Amino acid sequence: MLLVLTRRLANVIPTLVAVVALVFLLFSVLPGSFVSAMNEDGRTSIDPAVMERMRKEMGLDDPLPERFAKYLAHTAVGDLGISFRTREPVTKLIGARVWPSLKLVFVAMAFAISVGVTLGFFAALRPGSILDTVSMVFAISGLSLSQFWFGLMLMYLFALQLKWLPSFGYGDGGLTHVILPAVALGVGPMALLARTTRAAVLEILNADFVRTARSKGMSERRVVEWHVLRNALVLVITIVGLQFGSLMGAAVVVEKLFAWPGVGSLLVDSVFQRDIPTVQGCILLIVLFFLFINTLVDLAYVVIDPRIRHG
Amino acid sequence: MRKLVWLAAALAIWGAGVADAQQQTPRKGGTIRMTAPYAASFGSLDPQATPRAQDWIVNQAIHRPLYMWDTANSKLALELATEVKTSDDGLVHTYKLRNDVYFHNGRKMTADDVIWSYTRIMDGSKGFPGARYIRVIKGAAEVEKGQAKEISGLKKIDDFTVEITMTDRVEPGYYLFAGTTAILPKEEVEKGNFASAPVGLGPFKFKEHIPGSRVVMERFDKFYKPGKPYADKLEVLIMAEAAARDVAFRNKEIDTSILGPAQYVAYRGDAELSKGILEVAEMFTRAVTFNHTVKPFGDKRVRQAFNHAIDTDLIIKRLVKDKAYRATGWLPPSSAAFDKSVKPYAFDQAKAKKLLTEAGLPNGFEFELTTSQNESWGLPIVEAIIPMLDKVGIKVKPKLVEVTVLTEIAMKGEHTAYIGSNLTGPDSLATLRCYYSKTPRTACNYTGFSNPAYDKLLDDAAQEGDTGKRNDLLKQANNLLFDEAPVWFFNYNKAVLAYQPWIHGLQANPTEITHQYPEDIWVDTRSPAK
Repeated sequence: MLLVLTRRLANVIPTLVAVVALVFLLFSVLPGSFVSAMNEDGRTSIDPAVMERMRKEMGLDDPLPERFAKYLAHTAVGDLGISFRTREPVTKLIGARVWPSLKLVFVAMAFAISVGVTLGFFAALRPGSILDTVSMVFAISGLSLSQFWFGLMLMYLFALQLKWLPSFGYGDGGLTHVILPAVALGVGPMALLARTTRAAVLEILNADFVRTARSKGMSERRVVEWHVLRNALVLVITIVGLQFGSLMGAAVVVEKLFAWPGVGSLLVDSVFQRDIPTVQGCILLIVLFFLFINTLVDLAYVVIDPRIRHG
Repeated sequence: MRKLVWLAAALAIWGAGVADAQQQTPRKGGTIRMTAPYAASFGSLDPQATPRAQDWIVNQAIHRPLYMWDTANSKLALELATEVKTSDDGLVHTYKLRNDVYFHNGRKMTADDVIWSYTRIMDGSKGFPGARYIRVIKGAAEVEKGQAKEISGLKKIDDFTVEITMTDRVEPGYYLFAGTTAILPKEEVEKGNFASAPVGLGPFKFKEHIPGSRVVMERFDKFYKPGKPYADKLEVLIMAEAAARDVAFRNKEIDTSILGPAQYVAYRGDAELSKGILEVAEMFTRAVTFNHTVKPFGDKRVRQAFNHAIDTDLIIKRLVKDKAYRATGWLPPSSAAFDKSVKPYAFDQAKAKKLLTEAGLPNGFEFELTTSQNESWGLPIVEAIIPMLDKVGIKVKPKLVEVTVLTEIAMKGEHTAYIGSNLTGPDSLATLRCYYSKTPRTACNYTGFSNPAYDKLLDDAAQEGDTGKRNDLLKQANNLLFDEAPVWFFNYNKAVLAYQPWIHGLQANPTEITHQYPEDIWVDTRSPAK
């Protein structure tokens, strides 16, 4: 277990450095700057002298290698810099957004796992049945849906027509506000999980060891519980891990649509306003989250499948 | 029986009258729920640190500058002072400050706060956006450059009297009404977390900020306008997505919503929603700005031909859905120097061809038009004018960029022409100075326009002490500019704010319709907000 963890952590560091360098370089060559973004779609006029001072204050005129070296040195000690836009530490800005983001991602994933795995499992137990057909149509639709459109439809139905849930915002942080954005965000992973679970269970149901178990007189319920579920779990966990890890980054559209105060909406705003330190901080967090979840998945493999542990 | 019917009818009429009167009498209490539509977050709650329109939606409720825009009378009005006396040479302004203005921490505002606030803005190491306005005060530039610690043009006469000496003969209100020049309490700013826990002197005091979601404010009982504000609570909810805002508005979760062209059509067509629409010609002029240093746009006839070749009214009607007013000058209709008698360029392609022929371009020409994606003044408009211009021989090569990049291109003069939205008020002189020959391109002379007659009109206007005469000179300059056609005069933005039936006291503010005066707003008992 320790060996797996050490190996994974050793892989994380070069990945992080590569991401940091890539993001820094991309935003250094991208046209437009924070100062020109202050024009705000023509709503504000900018004074050239103030622009010059701001560029100087933010170090935008320093040579690129110098800026990169400074950025790396600061990042290494956990200092993500000062936001151009708010003039506050980036860690503080991101810190305020992490909990809402995690809440959204966890609820979305809980929805995806509970609905997706259940649908996929029961569809596989009765292939070709109405349940199988309906759940797979549902799954394919979920994969093809635009998050934006689906989110709007949810708002229209559950907020405007049925009046069951609020249409937007964070509210007091309670469950009612997170349901609609979480469903909009979770529908894609839910569909993928349903299809993957169905395929995995079907494959295992036709495996030799399952046939052997049945021929030995084991009840169908025990076959499913002992053999099918455990073996399908490895594949399901892989998909869960990949989807879970990428969900924080994928939440950008949903967060903006539902005015949800997460890292995704902070990232979008910061990109448009060229608040480079905040953009870098947000991307770093999203990558870290992805790597963290995947490390957890790797460790879970070891627990679930002894072959991996011994291999 | 008949008597009973009459009695019932009389009672019903009386009841309706009482109900109506109740709705017209401001009610104390309740919650106002406004929206901030321009971004998915607020930049800063320190008003001196941010020039963004989005941030001032909140900051105007917490903070106040020396002047404010008086929408009812369409002029600037003293906010934190009761009177101002100006010297004969027009340079020295002595303000009698209100002696009933309290900060939210309970301390009274004095002349020291005005001086400290303006000095802070000129801290050259910070690059505060309001420096552009305070720089007009004598000695401010020296502080900005680090050559002095105090602004020599600011003098405290007594606790409630401050004397401000300007470098030029200007109307100080245009400089000191910007949100970036708000008066702040030194002791609160120096605590170090002012942007997270702002303390101002406006009608509402800060209560809570959930970044990316909302700012909540509570009534400040010691606000200097007696009896105001009316509401107990003000919530400003971030809603950058128009479609989501529409659902929330229809679901009665918000009290106001800014409308885009598509929603404007839908709301106007709805019997109920159409009753709550507030419209105003904002101080933004949309135009295609030509670079006069690039051929053939140095030729006035070419520029005029461009204006004649486009059916501007058709574009406003069909594409912008009538959510704009046809531009007949650079200055917007709310400007005192706007000339209502000026007629727009006629859609006359024969005339356009004739002008091009006279300019030596009988076969037209080709040029690159830089544009953003904006639906009201970006790519959709460019796509509409391409076939119109093609008919007179002008070929357009669109170049799509982000809005942020558009500004940079314009400032560097890297464009042949670009389409954009331009802030054109409320200071008409400063606005027209964008075409003054000595104004650098980086400041705002994106056309590179130069005309001695125009310069003279502006020089004369700057020296003129009489407001009426000054406006007359500015009107002449604006008309001269229209004739010179340095741009394709497209439209003035018609800002549209939808509001719920229970909210009252909203104002059609031409400087920015989302910048409401929360102390004047009240909600009646029909409001579903807690």
